[in-house]
Amino acid sequence: MKQDKLIALALLMVAFSAVSGLALITVFIFKEGLPIIVKTGPGNFFLSSDWDPSSGNFGIFSMIAGSLAVTVCAMVIGTVFGLGLAIVLGEFCPPGLAAILKPVVELLAGIPSVVYGFVGVVTIVPLIRTYLGGPGLSVLASSIVLGIMVLPTVTSISMDALRAVPRSYWQGSIALGATKWQTTHMVMLKAAKSGIAAAIILGMGRAVGETMAVIMVAGNTLEVPHGILDPVRTLTSNIALEMGYASGQHREALFATGVTLFVIIMILNTVALVMARRGAGEGRTR
Amino acid sequence: MRRLSPRTAQQIVVSIMWMLAAATVGTLVFIIAFILFHGLPHVTWEFLTQSPVSMGRKGGIFPMIVGTAMVSGLAVIIAAPIGVATAVYLTEYTRESRITAVIRFGADCLAGIPSIIFGLFGFVFFTITLGMGLSVLSGALTLALMVLPTIVRTSEEAIRAVPYAYREVSYGLGSTRWQMVTRVVLQSAMPGIFTGIVLSLGRSISETAAVMLTAGSALGLPSSLFDSSRTLALHFYILSREGVSMSNAYATASVLIISILVLNVFAYWLMHKLVRKPR
Repeated sequence: MKQDKLIALALLMVAFSAVSGLALITVFIFKEGLPIIVKTGPGNFFLSSDWDPSSGNFGIFSMIAGSLAVTVCAMVIGTVFGLGLAIVLGEFCPPGLAAILKPVVELLAGIPSVVYGFVGVVTIVPLIRTYLGGPGLSVLASSIVLGIMVLPTVTSISMDALRAVPRSYWQGSIALGATKWQTTHMVMLKAAKSGIAAAIILGMGRAVGETMAVIMVAGNTLEVPHGILDPVRTLTSNIALEMGYASGQHREALFATGVTLFVIIMILNTVALVMARRGAGEGRTR
Repeated sequence: MRRLSPRTAQQIVVSIMWMLAAATVGTLVFIIAFILFHGLPHVTWEFLTQSPVSMGRKGGIFPMIVGTAMVSGLAVIIAAPIGVATAVYLTEYTRESRITAVIRFGADCLAGIPSIIFGLFGFVFFTITLGMGLSVLSGALTLALMVLPTIVRTSEEAIRAVPYAYREVSYGLGSTRWQMVTRVVLQSAMPGIFTGIVLSLGRSISETAAVMLTAGSALGLPSSLFDSSRTLALHFYILSREGVSMSNAYATASVLIISILVLNVFAYWLMHKLVRKPR
């Protein structure tokens, strides 16, 4: 028995490595980034669009706006396609076809983000430039690329949520004479709404955090976008673009950009976790 | 306007959704076909086995293949035992409690953190604070932390899928808990655990932002864990973004895509083997 206790203790210590990793990340990102936010003043840092590292001006408003614009537009695309696919796979698809579609979605998640970015640059960007005007590298181009990239997240988590709805709901609704689609949108989607919300929020976290694909298609200019055809720079691309040569205050300011990103992601994650838990609770208690 | 009959409404909606599904599949096929169409003709034996010449304009990608294998392989070798041990603890050695809630919260949050943040952290922690420099080791440790949640989650699912009767029988035959876990539970959960590990390997191969800040972008062949090394994904990024050589960029992307495809198919096959296994 003594040996058993020792093993349990050892495993417990190993099991805490994920938590300690998270703690280390938090501590180090904040330690590097927070001083410059305090020094510049949070008002200046977050609300000014003047980013000029060589003269010591660090305002990230245009990037916050950029990330926001890209993420919101990407989520429209990602949600429509992702949720649509989840419904098809979960409720309307013959099992044989689902066996093909599911690995397709998984594979879509496995393709490297640089490849998405690259294919975006050589296909979507010229199309936008020719047919819609503007430089092509734009909010729209990044949203399309990101929309495709977050689709697997939205699809797989929404499917889990739909699957967690008791099958008797479906059977009851069909028995009352509702069509499959009526059942889906009046019963299943309602019952799974917390889980689906969690899926969308987690997808949003993916979109905010995506770096390499966005760098390649967003244009990276330092201005607040006025339309979906304007180029933007996001928080993530700011870090990745300038980290290579930054030093001193400039590097600190990039870490501060990371702090901003980190806080946004943690808020989104926590909301998604709460939503997912509520969703799981609904499935069980009723 | 007359209301649509429910049946017509269903037909319309369902056909729209089928179109969405078809568009998704079409996108995947298009991306893969596009890259392979432009890249495969340039993937030759020489390309795979030679070093790059003049920053990748000519020559091959051999050092990047080695670098990728070292960084991703090491990342998975580090993360797998930790991840599986965490899963074993969560499933076999404890009940749901505040401690497991904290561990799960940590893993879930870690899973949501963007790769660029891992990159920043790896840069300041492994390369600077611990003095490892831009190296294979820094990159591998950063990636290990990044794929850890995936391994924990897939291993946990695989272990939970092992029938409870197996454990009872093992106890009934007089084994200790450790014997039961190592000889019975892990044995039958192995395909599932392995699937998670293979998928994590795929994820570390495709990662770019985090390795850019931790493993660096040296073009040479890494001779030790403390050498900087450029991975395939980063090489592809640099080639295409700086317009060094489009044909070599496509060829590198083809190698990348094919490795991801092979890993995914392998993982899928493993998972099916797991499902079909007669019990």
